[in-house]
Amino acid sequence: MSRGRVIVAKVGLDGHTTGAAVVALGLRDAGFDVINLGTRVRPEQAVAAALQEDVDVIGLSILSGAHVHLTRRVCELAREKGLDAAIVVGGTIPESDAAEMRAFGTAAVFGPGTSMPAIVEAIDRLVVERRRARNAAAAKPGT
Amino acid sequence: MKPTDKRDAIDEARERWETGPVAESLRRLPERKNLRTWSEIPVARLYGPTDRPPAGYLENIGFPGEFPYTRGAQATGYRAKLWTRRPITGFRSPADTNRRVRELLRQGQTGLHFVFDYPTLGGYDSDDPIAEGEIGVSGIPIDSLDDVRTLLDGIELDRISISYSHWGPYILSFLLALADERGVAYETLAGTTQNDVLMYYHSCPWWDLPLAGNMKLFADVCEFAVRRMPMWNPVSISGYNTRDGGCSAVQEMAFTFGDAIAYLDACLERGLGVEEIAPRFSFMLCAHIDFFEELCKMRAMRRMWARIIRDRYGCPDPRAQRFRFHAQTSGASLTAQQPHNNIVRGAVEAMAAVLGGAQSLHISCYDETYGLPTDDAIRVSLNTQNILAHEAGLVNTVDPLGGSYFVEALTDELETRAAALLAEIDGLGGMVNAAKSGWVMAQKHAWAARYQAEVDRGERTIVGVNDYRAEEAQEIHFLRPDPQAQREKVERLRALRAGRDAARAKRACDAMRDAARAGENVVPHAIAAAKADVTLGEMFAAMRAVYGEVPARDRTFDRMDATEEAMR
Repeated sequence: MSRGRVIVAKVGLDGHTTGAAVVALGLRDAGFDVINLGTRVRPEQAVAAALQEDVDVIGLSILSGAHVHLTRRVCELAREKGLDAAIVVGGTIPESDAAEMRAFGTAAVFGPGTSMPAIVEAIDRLVVERRRARNAAAAKPGT
Repeated sequence: MKPTDKRDAIDEARERWETGPVAESLRRLPERKNLRTWSEIPVARLYGPTDRPPAGYLENIGFPGEFPYTRGAQATGYRAKLWTRRPITGFRSPADTNRRVRELLRQGQTGLHFVFDYPTLGGYDSDDPIAEGEIGVSGIPIDSLDDVRTLLDGIELDRISISYSHWGPYILSFLLALADERGVAYETLAGTTQNDVLMYYHSCPWWDLPLAGNMKLFADVCEFAVRRMPMWNPVSISGYNTRDGGCSAVQEMAFTFGDAIAYLDACLERGLGVEEIAPRFSFMLCAHIDFFEELCKMRAMRRMWARIIRDRYGCPDPRAQRFRFHAQTSGASLTAQQPHNNIVRGAVEAMAAVLGGAQSLHISCYDETYGLPTDDAIRVSLNTQNILAHEAGLVNTVDPLGGSYFVEALTDELETRAAALLAEIDGLGGMVNAAKSGWVMAQKHAWAARYQAEVDRGERTIVGVNDYRAEEAQEIHFLRPDPQAQREKVERLRALRAGRDAARAKRACDAMRDAARAGENVVPHAIAAAKADVTLGEMFAAMRAVYGEVPARDRTFDRMDATEEAMR
């Protein structure tokens, strides 16, 4: 079984790809299945792909400064569609914004200086949590 | 060549030194391991007079303002004219940016450089749903002539040079429409359209037109500038963006020249002569953190360009051989942690650019990792330049580090490595093919991944990031997106659409599209469209109608297989 299935996507119009590419490579090296949606992904596309691919985690990379707006949109859509994948964001995100983003449902925010091992560890945890929640739901009678 | 006795004597003395004092010192205190430049070029213990060929001063170094331009593009360096202090500006709205620029002009800024927000870069108007949340966040939102009129209010177009980071006929058409409105002749305009469409393709994918279409529009701008704008640079080949996207100094050099050669070839195909267009090529380089590597890179690039023009294109014209560049200190070298340290990084990097002979300079601001710079950060950045220009004593002689054994050796080494990589690009069929195959991006990503792994393992020290960390986070004030300004921008655009002569706008936009379809130069048609209040988004849509949509493959950025290949 794979260590977890992860979407990497750059939402919005921002074209700074290197961070997302380096993280995608690192996750693949660590044994995750990585689905790279590329640049200029609309929030609707990210959520639709997550449902279709049954991923554990959606990883958004945003370096444009529009991270609060875009991440909120993805979180809202995920709730609307009943998506249970965890949503994480990487970028130059100040702590005050990160707190706001966690409050509206972002599972983790990877700010500047986050190491690859730290990202892998966090994603591992989110994969385990999601699978545990799914098993619990499956075990519950009448659902 | 017969070595002289003097050379033998030096070599003998060198050996004595190595086996004597050096060996003794190493016994007491071993040297640190793996001493190398930021771009992984090994650095020797010492460089001396016999480390480079004794011949070749005239062929390799020479005099400033003469082939091969290693020591500078101008004969008198900064003794006659200081570099242009050209801070990048652009935030929130055209009006706010205009106010800031006018203030900076009072504080010693001598050239303008505008950057735009992502919708403007992508070719979308502020009222397009895709622009939501991004208007004015990373630069100025420009929708129409109306915005450029506001942006340049009170600024004399024929008195200050204007650079901007965009490409093709779009922003240029607004600028030229404004010049017509004010009765300013195109011939008197000085400035630069970045127009570096290949760089956008392989390093900053925020364009929204297929590469072939962008290359055609690139050549349109070059041709128009040659015919009508004698003081305008129709392209600034931007190693800066390539480098800051994560690559080495050598890759920056080779990819920049790979792009430049592809552009020159495209212009020749258009029927322009090398001696006509090459003098109008300008460059924009990154001044990264390794002081010596960066200034040597700039010296080496001057020499390489002179040789490319002379040998590859057979052009003896000194104006064509002369490599002129704007430098920007590396945004990627800045850290979000302990942001005030970035002021020092900016100063070191800017000093390298000055000693490397930059024609103009911008120092990235200390708060830029989080957002567009505040007034305070811009003031510090501009004054760092002012201090280097007036206090630090860097400007009194030309190429003060020329002749340093280390500097000349590193300049040579960088040229050798970059030339080898450029030959590899030639082998792939040139930069257009290399970029389209994903090879360029893969090369860069492989380097970036290795770099990050070294940072994670502590093999590269970044102050405040993986060493010398502060106990408490240092909070700074920085600019945030302004939803009120975003709403106002959309309203203003809607008012423009409602108030314009719709039939005239449609006719002008259709004419631009038809001109592109007929293979004509679209710039004159874009100017007419700008005057009819056709918007930037509408112009882009017209071009997409001709050149098509961006292929899905060009939207994925990892090219995983190619990257893994590059890492092996």
